[in-house]
Amino acid sequence: MLVRLILKRLGLAALTLLLVSGIVFSIASWLPGDAAQAALGQSATPELLAAMRAQMGLDQPALVRYIHWIAGLLTGDAGRSLANDLPVSDLIAKRLPKSLLLAAFTTAVSVPLALGIGILAAMYRGSRLDRALSIATVAMVAVPEFLVATLAVLVFSVQLHWLPALSYIPDDPSLRQLARAYAMPVLTLSFVVSAQMARMTRAAVIDQLDRPYVEMAALKGIRPARIVLTHALPNAVGPIANAVALSLSYLLGGAIIVETIFNYPGIASLMVDAVSNRDMPLLQACAMIFAAAYLALVLIADICAILSNPRLRGT
Amino acid sequence: MIKPVASSPDEVRDAANVGKVRDLRDVADTAGETRSARPRYSLWRRLPPSGWIGAAIVAFWAAVALFGGLLSPHDSGEVISVEVFAPLSAHSPLGSDFLGRDMLSRMLVGARYTVGLALAAALLASITGTLLGLAAAVAAKWFDEILSRLLDGLICIPSKIFALVMVAAFGSSVGVLLLTAALTYTPGAFRIARSLAVNTVVLDYVQVARARGEGRLYIACREILPNIIQPMMADFGLRFVFIVLLLSGLSFLGLGVQPPAADLGSLVRENISGLWDAAPAVIIPALAIASLTIGMNLLIDNWPGAARRGAGGR
Repeated sequence: MLVRLILKRLGLAALTLLLVSGIVFSIASWLPGDAAQAALGQSATPELLAAMRAQMGLDQPALVRYIHWIAGLLTGDAGRSLANDLPVSDLIAKRLPKSLLLAAFTTAVSVPLALGIGILAAMYRGSRLDRALSIATVAMVAVPEFLVATLAVLVFSVQLHWLPALSYIPDDPSLRQLARAYAMPVLTLSFVVSAQMARMTRAAVIDQLDRPYVEMAALKGIRPARIVLTHALPNAVGPIANAVALSLSYLLGGAIIVETIFNYPGIASLMVDAVSNRDMPLLQACAMIFAAAYLALVLIADICAILSNPRLRGT
Repeated sequence: MIKPVASSPDEVRDAANVGKVRDLRDVADTAGETRSARPRYSLWRRLPPSGWIGAAIVAFWAAVALFGGLLSPHDSGEVISVEVFAPLSAHSPLGSDFLGRDMLSRMLVGARYTVGLALAAALLASITGTLLGLAAAVAAKWFDEILSRLLDGLICIPSKIFALVMVAAFGSSVGVLLLTAALTYTPGAFRIARSLAVNTVVLDYVQVARARGEGRLYIACREILPNIIQPMMADFGLRFVFIVLLLSGLSFLGLGVQPPAADLGSLVRENISGLWDAAPAVIIPALAIASLTIGMNLLIDNWPGAARRGAGGR
C-alpha cells in the first residue's frame, strides 16, 4: 500500500515533468525569429537560412523537434549552445556541481538555524519572544535577496574589508579560501530560506501541541519544555521534514539572484546568461534542471508526509 | 497512553499532491485558513500594532505611487549634478545616481512602475483565480477536473524560472512582464479560491439557496463570493508581495523593465557600481522595495480571516 502510494507519486512527478517540458518547449519555440536566424544574423540570404534550418532540424514540425529534444535530454544530449557552439551538457556539467555545493552549504547552515528558531517559538508560544520571532520571520520572508546581498557586501567587503565581493574559487582551494568565497552567498541564501523554514517548523510543532495527548501530558504535570521536546517533537518529525524540503525549493529562485550578484559560476548564472543571449537550447535545459530539482524536493516533502502518517504506513 | 498521532488525511493528501505547492509563502501564510466572516467594523480594531505599521507603510507607498509624480523636484531623466553618487543634500534629498540625476525624482517614478505593475498583475491573477475558482465550485465536475489539472501543470515551474523563459522568448516589454507575473500567480490564487469555494458550497445556506431554485451564477456571486472575499483579499496581498519580488528581481538582473523606464529594481541595478562608495543611490531603492513588501506582509499576516496562527491559544 505504502510502496504503491510512493510509486504513484513518482509516476505523477514524472508525468508532471513531461508536462513542464511541453510548456517550456512551446514557449521557447514560439519566438518569431528562430535559432537559424539568430545564428546567422539579419543579413543572411534566404538560401543560407533554409540550409541552416535544415541542418539544425528546424524545417521539421514542432512535434518532431519536441520528441527529438526529449529523446536527447533522456540520453544526456541537450543540443549545442547557440552562443558558443559547445554541447549544452558540457556547459551544465561544469556548472552543476558548483550550484549543488552552494545548495549543500546553505542547507547545512539554514536547517539547524531554522529548526532552532521554529522550535523555540513553538515552545514559548504566545510569549513576547514568539511574537518577536514571528514578526521578524514574516519580515525576513519578504526581503528581496538582492537587498540582503548588497547590504552584506556593503558591511563585509566595503566597510570591514573582511570578504571579497565576488565569489572567486581557485582550482585547488584551501579551507580559508573556500570559507571566504562562500560566506556571503550562503549567508544571503540562508536568510530568506531559514525564515520560511522556521515559520513552517513552528506551525508543525504547534499543530502537535494542540492535540489531546499533549494536554494529557500537561495534566500529568510534565514541564512544558519536556512536553515539546520529548512528546510533541518526535511526532512532528514528518511534518517538519516536509517543511524543510518545501522551504529548500525556495533556494532555486534565490540562487538566480545570488549567483549573479556574487558572480558565482553556478547553473543559475548560466541560465541568466542564456536568457541575455537568447540561447534557447541552453535555456531550455537549465529550465528543465530547475523544474526537476523543484519537483524532486516537492516529492521528498510528499514522501516525508506519507511516511509520517501512521494511518498510511500501517496498511 | 500516548496514541500515535498523525496529521489529518486531508492534509496529507493535500501536501502529497505533487506540485500542489507553488509558493512556500502560500503554505505558511494561508494554511489553516478560516472562513469566518467577521463583522467589518472589527477589522481595524483587531489589527495589532505590527498590522498597523504594515498598513501605514502600504498606504505610504500607495500615496507615493499615486501622487509622487507631482512632488518630483526634477525630471527623472535630467542630469542635475556633476557629482555622481552624491550623498544626501538639500539640493538632492536622496543624492544623485550614476549619471548625476536626482535620485528622489527617479525613485518617485520607479515606485510608480513597481507598485503599478505589481498591482495590475496581482489584480489580474487574483480576479482570474477567484472567478475560475468560483466556476470550478459551481460548474460541472469535468470542468473542475480539467481546470485543476491544467493549472497544476503550470504551478510546477518555479516562478523565476518561468519568468526567465518567458522573457527570453518574448522579450521584456511591460506587457510581457505583466502577463508573465499574472500567469505565474493565477494558479495559486485559483487553488485557494477553489478550496474555499468548495468548502462553502456544501454549507446549509448554499443548499437552501439551491433548493430555492437559484441559478449557478446567483449562488456563486451572492452566496459564495461574499464569504470567501476576505481571505482572498489577504491572498491578493500575498500575491502582490510575490510579484513585487519577482519583477524587481528580474529588473535587478537586467531582464525586467528596460531603460529608459526604470522600476525600483532597475534603480538598484544601474547604480550597483556605487556600492563601493556606499552610495545612497543603490541602498535606498533596495530598502524601498523591502519596506513595501515587509509592510504588506505585516498587514496581511494580521489580516482577519487569513492564517491566524494559533498565537495566544486562539
